[in-house]
Amino acid sequence: MSAAPLAASGTGPSPGTGAGSGRRRRGRRAAAEARAGILLSLPFVVLFTVFIAWPVLQSMFMSFTDMRISDIRSPFSVDFVGLDNYATAFGDPVFRRAAINTGVFVLIGVPLTIVAGLAAALGLNQGVNRLRGLFRMGFYTPVVTSIVAVAVIWRFLLRPDNGLVNTVLGWVGIDGPNWLGDERTALLSLIVMAVWRNFGTSMVIFLAGLQAVDRGLHEAAALDGATSWQRFLHVTLPAIRPTMLFVMVTTSIGYLQFFEEPFVMTQGGPLNATISASMYTYNQFGFGNYGVAGAMAYLTFIVIGIVTLAQFRLMREK
Amino acid sequence: MIDRRRPVLTYIVLTAFLLLVITPFVWMLLGSVKTQGELLRVPPTWLPENPTWDNFRRLFDRPFGRYFQNSAVVAIAVTVGNLFFSSMFGYALAHLRFPFQRVLFLLVLGCLMIPGLVTFIPQYVLVVNLGLANTIPALILPFLVQPFSVFLMRQFFLGLPRELLEAGRIDGVGEIAIFFRIYLPLAGPAFATLGILTFLGSWNNFLWPLVVSSSESTYTLPVALALISTGQNQTDYGLLLAGATLVVLPILVVFLFFQRYFIQGIAASGIK
Repeated sequence: MSAAPLAASGTGPSPGTGAGSGRRRRGRRAAAEARAGILLSLPFVVLFTVFIAWPVLQSMFMSFTDMRISDIRSPFSVDFVGLDNYATAFGDPVFRRAAINTGVFVLIGVPLTIVAGLAAALGLNQGVNRLRGLFRMGFYTPVVTSIVAVAVIWRFLLRPDNGLVNTVLGWVGIDGPNWLGDERTALLSLIVMAVWRNFGTSMVIFLAGLQAVDRGLHEAAALDGATSWQRFLHVTLPAIRPTMLFVMVTTSIGYLQFFEEPFVMTQGGPLNATISASMYTYNQFGFGNYGVAGAMAYLTFIVIGIVTLAQFRLMREK
Repeated sequence: MIDRRRPVLTYIVLTAFLLLVITPFVWMLLGSVKTQGELLRVPPTWLPENPTWDNFRRLFDRPFGRYFQNSAVVAIAVTVGNLFFSSMFGYALAHLRFPFQRVLFLLVLGCLMIPGLVTFIPQYVLVVNLGLANTIPALILPFLVQPFSVFLMRQFFLGLPRELLEAGRIDGVGEIAIFFRIYLPLAGPAFATLGILTFLGSWNNFLWPLVVSSSESTYTLPVALALISTGQNQTDYGLLLAGATLVVLPILVVFLFFQRYFIQGIAASGIK
C-alpha cells in the first residue's frame, strides 16, 4: 500500500564522533527524545491495546470455547471445546448458504465495481474539462451516504407494483419481477445496489492511478495505428496494474463483510437467498452463541486474508 | 487517453450515467414529501401532488432529534479523538526514536485490515463488564484509535522536514513542545482529510451501534432507521424516506462543501 519505508525514518545522531561532553549531551537528548516518544505514543497504544489488540486475541480464544451470553460476566470461566465451533459452523446449512451468497456477492460485485469505476474514470479523462468536477462529485455521492439509508431508498425503488425500476421497465413492455421477494433476483439486486454505492471510490482511485499512464506512449501507439481499445489494453492497463490491485483488494475485503444490505432490505430472505456470512454471524451473536459467532467471524477473517494474498500473487506474476 | 474527436458523445454518456446515479436521491427527496396515499399509487407520481411535511412531523414524534444528537456527538468525539491520538502517535513514529517503536508500528499496521466482525463480540463483553453497555461512551471508545489514522498521520509527518525538529532543539524547545508548537500547527491539511473521513465513517457506522445500543437514549440515526425499517412500520415509506433524508442530507451538505478533501483523502489512502 505504501511506497514509504516501514521503518521509522530519520537519521538520528551519528555515534562516537563528538568529544566527551558532546556525547553526554547527545545521550541526554536521546533519553529526552525517547521519553517524549513514549509519552506521545502512550494514549494511543493503551486504548489500542484495550479496544483492538486484546479483542482480536480474545476473539480467537473465544472461538475455541463454549462461551455463551450467560458467561458474559466471567468470560474466562468457559470450557475449551477445541474446533467444535468451527465444525458447527461448517455443519450448519444456513452458514454454508451464507458463505455461498457471500462468495457470489464478491465474485460478481467486485468485477462490476471495478469495471464501472474504471469506465467512469476513463470517461472523465477523455478530454472532459468543463463539468469534470460536477461529474466526479455526482458519481462519488453514493459513497458518502449511509448504507442503511441507501438500502431503505432502494427497497422503495425496487417495489414490485409501483417501484421506479419496474415502472420504467413497464414503459418498454417488460413486466419486472418482485426484485427483493424472488429468490432468483434478490441477491442480484443487492449486488447492483452495492456496485452503485461503491463504484465512486474505485473511480477516484483509478483517476489518481491514470496519472501514471505515459501520454507519450499513447501518442506513439496511436501513430503506429493502434486502435483505442488496443491502446487501452497494452498501454493503460499495464500502467494502472498497482491501482487495479489496490481497488480489487479493498473492494473484496469490503464485500466479504456485506451486512447492512440484507439486514435492511431482505432480512436475509427470501428463504436465506440473501443472508451473508456477516449477517449470520451477527444472528448467532444475537442468539447468545458467542463461541460459534467467534468461529464464524474468524472464518471470514481467514478468507479475507487468503483472498488478499491470492490477489497479490495473481497480480504480481504477470 | 486524450481523445478530442468525440467529446460530445462522452458528455452525453457521462450525463446519462450521472442521472442514473443521482436518481435514487431525487426519488428519496420527492417521496419524503408525498402523502402515504400518493406513495402507494400505481403507477407512481413524479412530482408530489400535495407536498407535505407530515412525514417529517411524524418522524419527530419519535425521538429523532435525540438520535440526530447522538449521531453528531459520537461523530464529533470520534473525530477529535482520532485527530488527537493519532497525530501524537504518528508524529512520534515519524520523527522520534523510542523503545519498541518498530514493533508498535508493525502491530498497528497489522490491525489495519481487521474487520469489525472479528472484534465486536469481545468489545461488547468488555463494554458490558465496564458497565458501559447502552451508553454514549461505549459508542465512542473503540473508535478513538484507528490504525488507518495513525498510518495517515505518520505518512503526513514524514513529509514535513526534520530540520524543524533540529531547529526547535537548538532554540531549546522541549521535545513535546516541539510537536505541539511546531509540527501540529502545520497539520491542517492532514487534519482536514482525516477529520472528514473519520466523521463520515462514524456517522454512517452501523454494526457496533446496533450491538451496543438497546434503547432510544443511545440510538444513532442509522440504527433507528434500520430498526424502523425492519419493524412494524416497514411499509410506512413516507416515514422511512423522511428518515433516510435526515440521515443522508447532512452528509451531502458537508460533502458538497468539502468534496475536494473527501476525494483527495480517498485517493491519498490508495496511492501513496
